[in-house]
Amino acid sequence: MSKIHVTTIINGEPTEFLADPSLTLLDALRDDLGLTGTKEGCGSGDCGACSVMLDGRLVCSCLVLAVETEGRTVDTIEGMATGDTLHPVQRQFLEHAALQCGFCTPGFLVAAKALLEKNNNPTETEVRFWLAGNLCRCTGYDKIIRAVMDAAAEMRGEKV
Amino acid sequence: MTFIGNKSDLRVVGTRPVRPDGVDKVTGRATYGADFRLPGQLVGKILRSPHAHARIIKIDTSKAEALAGVKAVMTSADLPDIDPTEAFVGEGPTNFRDQSLNIMARGKVLYEGHAVAAVAATSQSIADAALALIDVTYEVLPHVIDVEAAMAPDAPVLDEAMFTAGVDPKPTKASNIAKKIVLKSGDIEAGFASADVIAEGRYVTAAVHQAYIEPHACVAAINADGQCTVYASSQGHFMIRAFCSKLLNIELSNIRVIPMEIGGGFGGKTIIYLEPVALTLARKSGRPVKIVMSRDEVFRASGPTSGAVVEVKMGAKKDGTIVAAQAVMKLQAGAFQGSPVQPAMMCAFAMYNIANVHETGYDVLSNRPKVAAYRAPGAPIGSYAAEQVVDDLARQLGMDPITLREKNAAKAGTKTVYGVTFPDIGFEQVLAAAKSHPHWKAPLGPNQGRGLATGFWFNIGGESSASVFINEDGSVNVVSGSPDIGGSRASMAMMAAEVLGIPVDNVRPIIGDTASIGFTNVTGGSRVTYATGMATVQATEKVIEQLKQRAAMIWDISPDAVDWKDGQAVPAGANAGGFDPLPLAAIAAKAAKTGGPIGAEVSINAQGAGPGFGAHICDVEVDRETGQTTILRYTAVQDVGRAIHPSYVEGQIQGGAVQGIGWALNEEYIYDKNGRMDNSGFLDYRVPVASDLPMIDAVLVEVPNTRHPFGVRGVGEVPIVPPMGAIGNAIRDAIGIRLHSLPMSPPKVRAALDAGQG
Repeated sequence: MSKIHVTTIINGEPTEFLADPSLTLLDALRDDLGLTGTKEGCGSGDCGACSVMLDGRLVCSCLVLAVETEGRTVDTIEGMATGDTLHPVQRQFLEHAALQCGFCTPGFLVAAKALLEKNNNPTETEVRFWLAGNLCRCTGYDKIIRAVMDAAAEMRGEKV
Repeated sequence: MTFIGNKSDLRVVGTRPVRPDGVDKVTGRATYGADFRLPGQLVGKILRSPHAHARIIKIDTSKAEALAGVKAVMTSADLPDIDPTEAFVGEGPTNFRDQSLNIMARGKVLYEGHAVAAVAATSQSIADAALALIDVTYEVLPHVIDVEAAMAPDAPVLDEAMFTAGVDPKPTKASNIAKKIVLKSGDIEAGFASADVIAEGRYVTAAVHQAYIEPHACVAAINADGQCTVYASSQGHFMIRAFCSKLLNIELSNIRVIPMEIGGGFGGKTIIYLEPVALTLARKSGRPVKIVMSRDEVFRASGPTSGAVVEVKMGAKKDGTIVAAQAVMKLQAGAFQGSPVQPAMMCAFAMYNIANVHETGYDVLSNRPKVAAYRAPGAPIGSYAAEQVVDDLARQLGMDPITLREKNAAKAGTKTVYGVTFPDIGFEQVLAAAKSHPHWKAPLGPNQGRGLATGFWFNIGGESSASVFINEDGSVNVVSGSPDIGGSRASMAMMAAEVLGIPVDNVRPIIGDTASIGFTNVTGGSRVTYATGMATVQATEKVIEQLKQRAAMIWDISPDAVDWKDGQAVPAGANAGGFDPLPLAAIAAKAAKTGGPIGAEVSINAQGAGPGFGAHICDVEVDRETGQTTILRYTAVQDVGRAIHPSYVEGQIQGGAVQGIGWALNEEYIYDKNGRMDNSGFLDYRVPVASDLPMIDAVLVEVPNTRHPFGVRGVGEVPIVPPMGAIGNAIRDAIGIRLHSLPMSPPKVRAALDAGQG
């Protein structure tokens, strides 16, 4: 089957690529567009390592076909910082040591930012349930939850 | 360097700087195994056995080879035969022949998922199509999954050349029992005879996977002159080099392994699966080959740790003195020998000073993937049983479980059943910290219970190399050979900065590849901060000697008259002369004129690692209707020697505890009647998620290990040892019934409640 031409906006940049109809968004990002910050941990939507935003909605990119992004916007971990300025949730992950191996980190950051954009004052329970689709095997989640709570406080303008 | 006992003398060690590789990891730039690519690389894929046990009659690869886009096909016929020699790479003795048979089956497949052939093709879809064209004719054989069934006299035998070692006289019939081990001290019969109370139990644990989120991945290339390069994520690139060399008969110097960032390992990446296959495909195709495992392959074909049956019996006097401890442990090895039965036996009672101990262990083959190391290999399995029996003793004696443990606690001078006498250890301090923690006395509600368990792990030292270079502007590079699995680069930079007396931001740490730094053993055994840290400190001290010599040269005085203080050379005293201090940058700027570049490499085999002990307190609530157990509160106390970067030490403890919680409540390998794994994905193999858990309170007790310059003990493995016992004891406390098998999942709890017994 011939490839399909896809026009999309990735991290604010108009982007065109050719996709086999069966190509996942995850594989398109990683293999065709060189955006390897989005990780594959399972390929079945169970681990959240491949989390990206599609038209402002949190999705597992392994469960989205690349051709589905035609005319839509995709935001990945590579677009989260503004130049040298990290997003508060990225900075709080570093301050809290909320990563060990770092492999799940991009997915957690994309998911956490999505939460904080909807709800900048979540309870610990709300953070835990929002992030329940992201697996981390290193940290036991403790420092991740604290980092997200402090990022929320920072975004509300509170001193953390 | 002499040991720095006084914490107030430390400026960098014990602080919490942002890790040097942190920004790369929060911006998606860090390059893991699957993120790397080479020009012209092919996609490698592995064909795996659908059968748990079968003879391979024939493999016909001709159709696959004929498919357009397929550049190479391989089977075990492409691998050299290996003598069953033993060698030490990784965390224990490894049989290279078994390893070769494990990465590509010969003659028989021994578990579902066992590799039988591999292809390299120009795309993923062509590689998939090629695998489907490989025609393998099997003669299916009877299989065995359960450990005790595998020990039965009539069990299907995996290896006809396997005669149980450690049995006298040597058996005449092949069996699945690879080895029998006995450990004993004192007189077990007399011990039990002198006991006032006796408690015992039979406990069953399930095979569980390390479940690192990053699947195994590598890229391999061979030049026309035979030079091999492998890019892979692992817990030891020197380990990968050794395996590729042994399994493919290639000289070590012709293989360069470049470490990628590693996405978790927990012991499971101290061994190889893909690299020799990728190199063979690269040799046959003449192009680089990349292989990435799927999650399904990770579960089916990479090492979980053993499931086991453990029987423990202990006796104590009325005053709480434990006088006898006996255990029989049967551990699954998977398809090849090498379960962690021995460390399971060594660790089970190591927390206590017990005069009479008798343990018997069996290393048992069955048609499961070959086990790999998993965080304190074996220790959680033995401790899970032993710590519940200790809890039963406390109940029978009417003693507080911590008081009972304090009464019997190992201390400096206590001799273990395996013959080692403990040096300065912190178990008593750990118990005291647990007892005085507010958690221990907090009130509980209905259907809630509290459990405590303790754990021990040896921690190791071993071979490590590090080099320290002073750059022309006075900034510093530290190179070590240890893959950084959880923040060790930060620790290396901090230790070098501490010794040099400079800010940690002036030190940039990296991991050197196999051709750019001396041999370094795997990141495992909780050894990196200890052993590689020691190498880093010693290399830094050598650099300081050079810096003092250069200052002496600049000042034209004797090197003995120069001291190093706060990152500067200073005259050693009034007699040395009235020179202004020479900062590191000033000496570095003149390096070319005073003898050339300044740097040193140190390679050591570090001895004197400090044993580690922990105690965990866990509160649970059991839903009597569903059988669901919820962890309400969790406190993990551990002697960490000295925390170089306390946040990452806490992180090790929190992460280890949560892996143990998963082992206790959710995780297990489930097989169907054909010996095929039924739950090879994260939906059905359920690791703990954020909403399952409370915060994990990590309490750091610091009893420094005086054999390390800053007092470091390994910290990564101890925290996975106590959780299953602690949770088992908590559930017992909550419902009055003791469960006897893992995971303590809702159906099992429900069944126990219905039956009114464990």
